[in-house]
Amino acid sequence: MKKTFISSIFLFGFGAYFFYTHLTTAATANTSSTITQNNSITPTPITSPESSSTTRSPVVVKPVAPSVPKKSIGQYVDGSYIGSVADAYYGNIQVSAVISGGKLTDVTFLQYPNDRGTSISINRQAMPILRSEAIQAQSAHVNGVSGASDSSTAFEESLAVALARAKA
Amino acid sequence: MHHTRSIMGMPVILEIVDGTDTQVIIDRIFNYFISIDDRFSTYKSESEISEINKGVVASVTYSDEMSEVLRLAEQTREETGGYFDIHTPGGQLDPSGIVKGWAINNAAKLLRDGGHAHFYLEIAGDIQTSGRNGEGEEWSIGIRNPFNHAEIVKVLYPHEKGVATSGNYIRGNHVYNPLFPTQVPNDFVSLTVIGPNVYEADRFATAAFAMEKEGLYFLEHQDDFEGYAIDANGIATMTTGLEKYTKSYTKV
Repeated sequence: MKKTFISSIFLFGFGAYFFYTHLTTAATANTSSTITQNNSITPTPITSPESSSTTRSPVVVKPVAPSVPKKSIGQYVDGSYIGSVADAYYGNIQVSAVISGGKLTDVTFLQYPNDRGTSISINRQAMPILRSEAIQAQSAHVNGVSGASDSSTAFEESLAVALARAKA
Repeated sequence: MHHTRSIMGMPVILEIVDGTDTQVIIDRIFNYFISIDDRFSTYKSESEISEINKGVVASVTYSDEMSEVLRLAEQTREETGGYFDIHTPGGQLDPSGIVKGWAINNAAKLLRDGGHAHFYLEIAGDIQTSGRNGEGEEWSIGIRNPFNHAEIVKVLYPHEKGVATSGNYIRGNHVYNPLFPTQVPNDFVSLTVIGPNVYEADRFATAAFAMEKEGLYFLEHQDDFEGYAIDANGIATMTTGLEKYTKSYTKV
């Protein structure tokens, strides 16, 4: 019984230590990575930290992307890209995107608001996958209609912005 | 038979299916909306809300209706993490985002108290239905195509719940996709909400619309709320429980 107790203490301690080193490494990796402020698509490889003073055991972090980008076979050049820190009104959001084989294969949140009321209520549960469909005119007879009277104005505004950006 | 009047600068539609001699209750409902408009219209300089905004009314003298609306507005502000707020940037109070749904819901109570179980009540797209329509079937509501107001793009059967659509474009800070920096974020141009009643649907439609993309997840995480959002590209996204409102219980 005593042996079991001691070994479980040991196991717990080992687990906690592993978790700690994992966390500090991840944090160091984040702070050392390059942030592209201009939103350009130029590949910015995330380099692993050469050494970490806070990590007491060697934890090998493989480079996420090669320093020389692979030849692109898709729409995008392979590598990992870090987005700018964007203000989502209720907090900052920053993502890292991984392109592999010319395709987007992974997006991870480097920053996601979790300290304020709204954000907590939104993020508390796992985000479900919501179904989408292209809208289509329905011929059915209905008793009433619900719609925002001025949403077409918003569409025109939005479209104008899109067209302006497309020219740039 | 539809009874339509323009009150608050908006079309008010009332249809009562059951009962005889409905003219008395119809007049009562329309007069109720007129009294609400007289009290809460920020466009009327002599309304109670305008007097409050002029700073000439002490809060202890607010009418019961005003006190209730201001309390509900504050409650909604807290429930939506500040996305719903009747305080304007100029320091004024504008409760129009909550008064419409609240008033329709109160009028629906007047109808039920008057013994009516089958009716349709709408102010400018915010709708409360009850019971069956004149054909003995469930009431059906179309979601207006935000790009062509003559069309509907979805048919809903509210199953006694309330329906409201929000579409005021609120500018905010957008999250840009680092991979597609030139792409305009797919802000919703129209968000239709089904809630426990029209008051609930209206206030959460306003708040969830202001949350942009997060709004649908906000609704997803609320009990008894569903949403159908249409973005600028004509793509609709819906909460997982919306499906049950696309089928009629009376039509097989």
